[in-house]
Amino acid sequence: MRTVRVLVGTRKGAFILTSDLKREQWKVEGPHFAGWEIFHIKGSPVDPNRIYVSQSSSWSGQVIQVSTDGGKTFEPAGNEFIYEGETGTHQWYDGKPHPWEFKRVWHLEPSLTDPDTVYAGVEDAALFKSTDAGRTWKELAGLRQHGTGSAWQPGAGGLGLHTMLLDPKNPGRMYIAISAAGAFRSDDDGASWRPINKGLQSKYIPDPNAEVGHCVHRIALHPSNPEVLFMQKHWDVLRSDNGGELWQRVSGNLPTDFGFVIDVHAHEPETIYVVPIKSDAEHFPLDGQLKVYRSKTGGNEWEALTNGLPQENCFVNVLREAMDVDDCESCGVYFGTTGGQVYASNNSGDSWNAIVRDLPAVLSVEVQTC
Amino acid sequence: MLMVRVELPTHLRILAKIPGEVQLEMEGEPTQLSLLNALEARYPSLKGTIRDHVTKQRRPFMRFFACEEDLSNNWPEDPLPPEVVSGKEVFLIVGAIAGGL
Repeated sequence: MRTVRVLVGTRKGAFILTSDLKREQWKVEGPHFAGWEIFHIKGSPVDPNRIYVSQSSSWSGQVIQVSTDGGKTFEPAGNEFIYEGETGTHQWYDGKPHPWEFKRVWHLEPSLTDPDTVYAGVEDAALFKSTDAGRTWKELAGLRQHGTGSAWQPGAGGLGLHTMLLDPKNPGRMYIAISAAGAFRSDDDGASWRPINKGLQSKYIPDPNAEVGHCVHRIALHPSNPEVLFMQKHWDVLRSDNGGELWQRVSGNLPTDFGFVIDVHAHEPETIYVVPIKSDAEHFPLDGQLKVYRSKTGGNEWEALTNGLPQENCFVNVLREAMDVDDCESCGVYFGTTGGQVYASNNSGDSWNAIVRDLPAVLSVEVQTC
Repeated sequence: MLMVRVELPTHLRILAKIPGEVQLEMEGEPTQLSLLNALEARYPSLKGTIRDHVTKQRRPFMRFFACEEDLSNNWPEDPLPPEVVSGKEVFLIVGAIAGGL
């Protein structure tokens, strides 16, 4: 019987939620890796039972765990992330050069074609690749060394490479995003990179149209139309119709366009979802009302989705990795909050249920249909 | 052959699947450095969790105690206390008291 599996990373462990395709009754397993921060847990699209986990703590640093049985068991893999060549510097908060220092893995992106190949986006921002199921890691140094790296400055949460998208139609093309450097694209399997931030405007940096320095929170694409990208920036929701060459603002009638997550419907490439957050200083929904906004026109025209979501006294945040969709016939949409709820919709967002409550703060949500 | 006893914090025992105290066979004049080398050789998943992969420096929030002394800032190549070398006392690897999130 096919199942839907929701992989949840939290501040204090990982949880695995499973259901049949109706997505009405959920079984909750966990915490796995109790007490550790799980920044990201994601399964391979080639082999859903291959699951990669980023496990870290202030005490004991970074660990990578791998499951080959769908999350029943895990084994530690390699955790040696060594920057290639001369380490160099990026900008620190005071504007002075600061040496690159590895802190943690924010994002794991399994290959679209090989279950043993996985990418790791790390803080301080860099991209690593493993071709042996996480046992060894090698930096794709063309990103950090392409020329603007010395100008990158951390956002409030650190200089994290938090988003990676693999283009399913153009082998070798990949996108990443870094807070607070911006979005970057490679067309040669990660060997060389360039910024793709034209059209972004950020009032919080000296040159609002700078090549780098933008705090991109998340980018998303639909596999059937990967030339089109959607972005939730610090402020502003944007889209690009040409692989990031140029961005245009599509915030439209959103009540606030600050936020972290953005995602695309599984079957409708122009249907997108965001969760507006009040402001960069107040990381909670407007008026204490948790609302997902959906656009069926690829932006600009947005509708609030509230059925089943708390509409009073709700002051949680939804972090950048904490939304995903499933590919069931009626698309499921999922997101986790810093209050420990995971909300799910089995009807494209028309109505929502909390499928689990009171977990530690949710850092990431990934969904598998297996 | 010497038998040095080592106790790890719970989160590292779970990571390395160690049920209780570790007993390490060591030769010569054991040091903190040789003890950690031997520990990581037996339990590779501990690499990088107690000390840095490259510099071999202790991670900031890990501590080394033995014989009611804090040995955290000793030179890595200093000999271990005789009571640890003889197996009378345990070498404690401890997560520092830290609040955090």
